Amino acid sequence: MEKREFHITAETGIHARPATLLVQSASKFNSEVSLQYQDKSVNLKSIMGVMSLGVGQNAEITITADGDDEADAMAAVAETLKKEGLSD
Amino acid sequence: MRAMLKGIAASDGIVCGQVYRLVEPDLTVKRHTITNLDDELNRFHQALEAAVSDIETIKTRATKNLGADSAQVFSAHIVMLQDPELIAAVEKLIRQEHLNAEAALATVAQRYEQSFKDLKGNAYMQERVTDLHDVIKRVTAHLLQVKLPDLALVNHPVIVVTHDLIPSDTVSVNPCYILGFVTDLGGRTSHSSILARSLNIPAVVGTQTATADMPEGSTVVVNGNQGQVLLDPSEAELTTVREQMQARIANQERLAKLQHTVTTSADGVGVTLAANIGTPQDIPNVLRNGAEAIGLMRTEFLYMDADHLPSEDQQFAAYKEVLAAMAPHPVVMRTLDIGGDKPLPYLQQKPEANPFMGARAIRRSLTHQEAFRSQLRALLRASAFGNLRIMFPMIATLDEFRQAKAIYDDERSKLTVKQVPMGTVKVGMMVEVPAAALLADRFAQEVDFMSIGTNDLIGYTMAADRTNQDVGYLYQPYHPAILRLVNRVIAAGHNAGIPVAMCGEMAGDPIAVPLLLGMGLDEFSMGAGSILKTRELIAKLNAKDLQSLVETALNSASTSQEVITMVQAAVPGLLK
Repeated sequence: MEKREFHITAETGIHARPATLLVQSASKFNSEVSLQYQDKSVNLKSIMGVMSLGVGQNAEITITADGDDEADAMAAVAETLKKEGLSD
Repeated sequence: MRAMLKGIAASDGIVCGQVYRLVEPDLTVKRHTITNLDDELNRFHQALEAAVSDIETIKTRATKNLGADSAQVFSAHIVMLQDPELIAAVEKLIRQEHLNAEAALATVAQRYEQSFKDLKGNAYMQERVTDLHDVIKRVTAHLLQVKLPDLALVNHPVIVVTHDLIPSDTVSVNPCYILGFVTDLGGRTSHSSILARSLNIPAVVGTQTATADMPEGSTVVVNGNQGQVLLDPSEAELTTVREQMQARIANQERLAKLQHTVTTSADGVGVTLAANIGTPQDIPNVLRNGAEAIGLMRTEFLYMDADHLPSEDQQFAAYKEVLAAMAPHPVVMRTLDIGGDKPLPYLQQKPEANPFMGARAIRRSLTHQEAFRSQLRALLRASAFGNLRIMFPMIATLDEFRQAKAIYDDERSKLTVKQVPMGTVKVGMMVEVPAAALLADRFAQEVDFMSIGTNDLIGYTMAADRTNQDVGYLYQPYHPAILRLVNRVIAAGHNAGIPVAMCGEMAGDPIAVPLLLGMGLDEFSMGAGSILKTRELIAKLNAKDLQSLVETALNSASTSQEVITMVQAAVPGLLK
């Protein structure tokens, strides 16, 4: 299992556009990918789940990937977070 | 009795055509127990697929009209409909509770809606409830087998009938298919009216009952000159209208010949006719209508069509596109005018009791400098590609202008240090606050140009909200009080040796044009659709002779009607 923590730097938090891109990149993999914020954990392939967390600026989130392609899934998600200016 | 609907004449022209109702159908969902689970699951998946396919069509059209960035929201909608958790939750309710698909979907949507609403202090996410409603609505419509109208799905010429046209309705429209508009709400300066005029499409707004009285597919006549809609035209009437439509086309062909000519009065006074635009997509229409400049580019589209602040690079690309397309002609870009009637969900503005008199435009830019500075940097970088003029909106005091100008100078010198290529840029102000109009002589000493924004200047001078139908009668561009303010600004500019433009609806108004020409206005900026007929009108006018008309109107007219009578007497054959 892959597990990484991210600090959200974007002023708007994880808003609709990056949420869409995150879900799209997670959905490309077989692994189960989840996003944990505060005491809640959601499926990162579910946009409704991601948006219902309301991840704002300065949030600490944890992403886990579990499955046969977990390393690639984590790399893709991290890349999207960086590219969208959400996290460093 | 003949069925005739009366409203406000919002955009000239007469057309006949079939009604397309942009009206939400009844999507009430009834719960019932189903027996064939597999059939119900199939029905659900088919509706999901049909909804995704609709949104793909809308997205394609929006991408074409607005660019990939603005169409991004539709990708989010598609991802919502493919959400595995949402689908699984609906399937579970169908399987375990034997609920019908639409009721199961409504139940699941309700749960998500609640979780969005529970995000207290996150206004942005709460707003996403609207997106959720949008997509659920589309699936529900397919399940109920009712048509959910959308302008992007229109594929033949129609007359659009709606309660009120909102900007998001029109982002995906294909203008070729829209013959005319009829709305329940709105006035001459509401969004639908401005859009109709820029597209040169007849429109009647504020009819109150259009959506109640106009059935889908019925043939109607829209008379945008008189603000009337004929609901059951006879064959003879339709023949007449078709003849008028022909005449209109002939008229447009005559005007089209003026596309590449300069604008000069009968006695040889040259003026500039410019266009007001909202997005880079307006440029082809502007050039087709022979504009000699862009007198007002509203930059809000970049902010309104997005769900977050646009990046500096995004802005740079849009500004560069417009400047390059118009070069060497000047383009006046107005810095962000947010607040008032244009709140942005992602900025979490404080609610205000009087938004039109609140922290909008330059007021907000000066207190929220990050967005303002990023816009100025994008503008400065784009200035290398054309002839840029920057205009600050809603300036009320000299101090505001000086502060804004200092920020501009600061960003400019920082870019100079970095050796970023930039063009010569003129920096001016919009005169739309009566205090600024009264003190125009002082402002004229410090600004490079002034542009009179009449929509707001009239609103603030008459103390009437232009979007409020009950006080719409106070929107009087020819009122002597307004004329005196306008004349004062033009005179002040000329005394100081700077050009004065006008960028409101008034600049293309056939009654106002002779007065403005007589006052010596340098640039008339209007909806692109009015440019060629204004050029034709000015060619018939004698600017010198009109000075005495101006004198009389300024000194001895007491009412708007008196001014109209004076102008009509001085210029025979004027329409209005």
